[in-house]
Amino acid sequence: MTTEPLSGAATGPDPYAESRETTEGRVYTVTGGDWDEFIGESAGEERVVINLGPQHPSTHGVLRLVLEIEGETVVQARPVIGYLHTGIEKNCEYRTWTQGVTFVTRMDYLAPLFNEAGYCLAVEKLLGIEAPKRAQTFRVMLMELNRISSHLVFLATGAMELGSTTGMTYGFRDREEGLHLLEFLTGLRMNHAFIRPGGVAQDLPEGYREKVLQFIKVMDTRLPDYDKLFTGQPIWKQRLQNVGYLPLDGCLQLGVTGPMLRSAGLAWDLRKVQPYCGYEEFDFEVPTSNDADCYARYLLRLEEIHQSLRIIRQCLDKMEPGPVMVDDPKIAWPAQLTIGPDGMGNSLEHVRKIMGQSMESLIHHFKLVTEGFDVPPGQVYVPVESPRGELGYHLVSDGGTRPMRVHVREPSFVNLQALPALTEGGLVADVIAAVASIDPVMGGVDR
Amino acid sequence: MSRLAQDEKNREQSAPQPGGAGSSSERPGGGLEPAGGEAGFRGPVAGRPRKGMFGVSGSGDASGYGGLRLPAYVPPAAQRPFGGWFDEVADNLLAALQEKGLPDDTVQQITIDRGEITFYIRGEHLVEVCRTLRDDPALRFELCSSVSGVDYGPEVPQRLHSVYHLTSMTYRRRIRLEVAIDWPGEGDEPPKVPSVVEVYPTADFQEREAWDMFGIVYEGHPALTRILMPDDWDGHPQRKDYPLGGVPVEYKGAEVPPPDQRRAYT
Repeated sequence: MTTEPLSGAATGPDPYAESRETTEGRVYTVTGGDWDEFIGESAGEERVVINLGPQHPSTHGVLRLVLEIEGETVVQARPVIGYLHTGIEKNCEYRTWTQGVTFVTRMDYLAPLFNEAGYCLAVEKLLGIEAPKRAQTFRVMLMELNRISSHLVFLATGAMELGSTTGMTYGFRDREEGLHLLEFLTGLRMNHAFIRPGGVAQDLPEGYREKVLQFIKVMDTRLPDYDKLFTGQPIWKQRLQNVGYLPLDGCLQLGVTGPMLRSAGLAWDLRKVQPYCGYEEFDFEVPTSNDADCYARYLLRLEEIHQSLRIIRQCLDKMEPGPVMVDDPKIAWPAQLTIGPDGMGNSLEHVRKIMGQSMESLIHHFKLVTEGFDVPPGQVYVPVESPRGELGYHLVSDGGTRPMRVHVREPSFVNLQALPALTEGGLVADVIAAVASIDPVMGGVDR
Repeated sequence: MSRLAQDEKNREQSAPQPGGAGSSSERPGGGLEPAGGEAGFRGPVAGRPRKGMFGVSGSGDASGYGGLRLPAYVPPAAQRPFGGWFDEVADNLLAALQEKGLPDDTVQQITIDRGEITFYIRGEHLVEVCRTLRDDPALRFELCSSVSGVDYGPEVPQRLHSVYHLTSMTYRRRIRLEVAIDWPGEGDEPPKVPSVVEVYPTADFQEREAWDMFGIVYEGHPALTRILMPDDWDGHPQRKDYPLGGVPVEYKGAEVPPPDQRRAYT
C-alpha cells in the first residue's frame, strides 16, 4: 500500500479515511472514528461495498465479509475464508494414525475434544475395536465439559460483539473454570491430544470426583447470572429477536446442523438420534425452539450448558473401574503416565520393563511408536455432535500405517454458508449478531 | 548390471506368487493389479499395490522382505442379502432409477463395509441419482452431510474419487455415494463430475473445497472458485503428487528430515 497522501494536497496528508483510485472505482480505508469524513467524500453514492475483516474484533476470528450495502441495508453478503488454512488434512497423511490426534485437535480449537473423539471413533471403526467402558464414559465427560466451555465462549464473544463487555468477562471467567478442570483431567487446557485410538491417554487422576462436583457447584451458582444479565434484558432482546431468521427448510437445504437447526424446530441431536460412546444410557433433554432467530440460538446454547452439567453428574455415577485403553499391545500406547520433573508424562513401570527386563518389549515399543499400526483398508464416516453441529470424520485407509485421506466435515465451515441467507435484506448491525449466532470457529472453517 | 541388481532379479524370479505357497500375501495378485487405460468399470481401485517392506528400496536386501508383493485393494461387491435396511434402500433406489429410465449400470457396484453402504455411481447420472434419493418418499435423504475428494495416487487408474455422504433424517440412515472419475484420460482434460448444488445447495462450499484441494471440476457449479487457497495459487495441494513441503530440523545434533521425506512404513 502506498503511503503517499492521495487526498487533496492543500489539506496536507490525511491519515483518516484515506482513499485511492483503482480499476474498481474509488477505494477508501476506513479505520474507525473517521466515518463522517468517508460519508462526506462519498456523498451521492447509493451502493457501497464494505470489506469487513479479516482483522476485525466483531467477525469472530479471521473471517472476511464482503458486504454490499445500500444505506444501512445489506444487499449482498459474501464470506471470504481461508486465512487460517494450515493444511491439517494433508499433514495427517504423513503421520501415523496415533499422531493424527495431535493435528485434528488443533482444528476447531474451541472444541478440541470433539475433534479427538470423532477422529478416534473413526479409527476404531476402521480397526473394528471398541474402547473400554470406562474410557467411553470418560470421553463423554470430557466432551460435555468441552461443550460447556465452548458455549461459554459463544456467550462471551457474542456479547462482546454486541457491545456487552460484562458478558464477555462473565463468559471468559466461567470458561476458565472449565479449562482449569480440563487441565486437571488431561494435563492441558486446550489441544489436549488426550483421546487416542483405543481409549484415552491416561486414567482419571486422584480426587477427580471432588473437583468435578466443585465445578458443577460453581457453574450452578453462576449460570443464573446469564439469565439475569441477558435473558430478559431489553437491549439484548432488541438486538437478537427476529434477527438472523433461518427456517427449517433453509437449514436443511444449506446443511445447517447443531443449535442453529434446533432453533428452527427440529430436535436433531446425534447424541440422541445416532448415539455413540454410550450416550443412549444418559438422561438428558434436547432443547428446541420454533423462533429460528438469534435469540432462540442464545437460549438453546444456555440450556445446553445446563443439560451438559446434567450429563457430567451422571458420568460420575456411571464411571466403573476398569482399563481406559484397549487390551491390544499392537495398538495401545502405555496408558498409565506419571508426570516427571521435566513436566513430561512417562510410564515408569513401562520404562522399567522395556529398558531393564524385556528386549522383546523394547522392540515392540519402538515399532509401535515409530512405525505405528496397520489399519485394514476401507473407509468410514463417523459423525459426532460438536457444539456447532455435525462434526464428521471421513477416513480412508489403504492398509498402511498412515491414513490415505482424512476429511473433516466441519460444522463451522458448512454453517457459514448460511450467512448470506441470514443477513441479506437486514441491517449492517444485524450482520454482527448473525455471525455471532452461527458461532463459527475459523480454525475449524479453514483447517 | 551390478551384483546387487542381479541378486534382486534372481530373487524376483524365484519368489513365490502372491497368495500362493510360501507367500505371505493374503490375496492372490492375479487380476487385481490395476491395468489402467482400458475403458469400462472393473471395480474401484482404492489403494496402491505394495512391494517390499519398511519403505526401503535399492539396498542390499538380506531379509527377504523385499520380495513381498501386495496387490492394490479393491472393495468387494456386496452379496445379497445385505442385511438390515440396506436391502430396502438398495431395492427402492434401483427401482426408482429404473422408473426414471436411467440405464441399468447407473449404480456400478454396491459395497458394504464396516456397517456402511457405498453406492458406486456413474458420474453422468449423479445429479439424477441424488434427486431421486432426496425426493423419493421411501428414501428421503434430505441432508447432504459431506462432499469430499479422495486421491489414491498417480499409479492408480481413476485415481480421483468424489465421495458424498447422505443422511436421511426421516429414517435415520446414512449412505455413501462414490464417483470414480475417469482421469487421467486422454489429453489434458481435467477431472470432471457434475455438480449436485442444484439438488443439495449445501454442497456449494464443499465442492469448492474439493476443486481447490484436488482439482475436480464440478460442472454446473454456480461459482467454482478456490475457497481455502489464494485465488492465484498454482496446483491442487491435497493431490498425492503435490509435495507436503517442510525443512529439515536439527535436534540434539541430529538432523530430522521433513515429514514427507521421512521413512514411511506403509
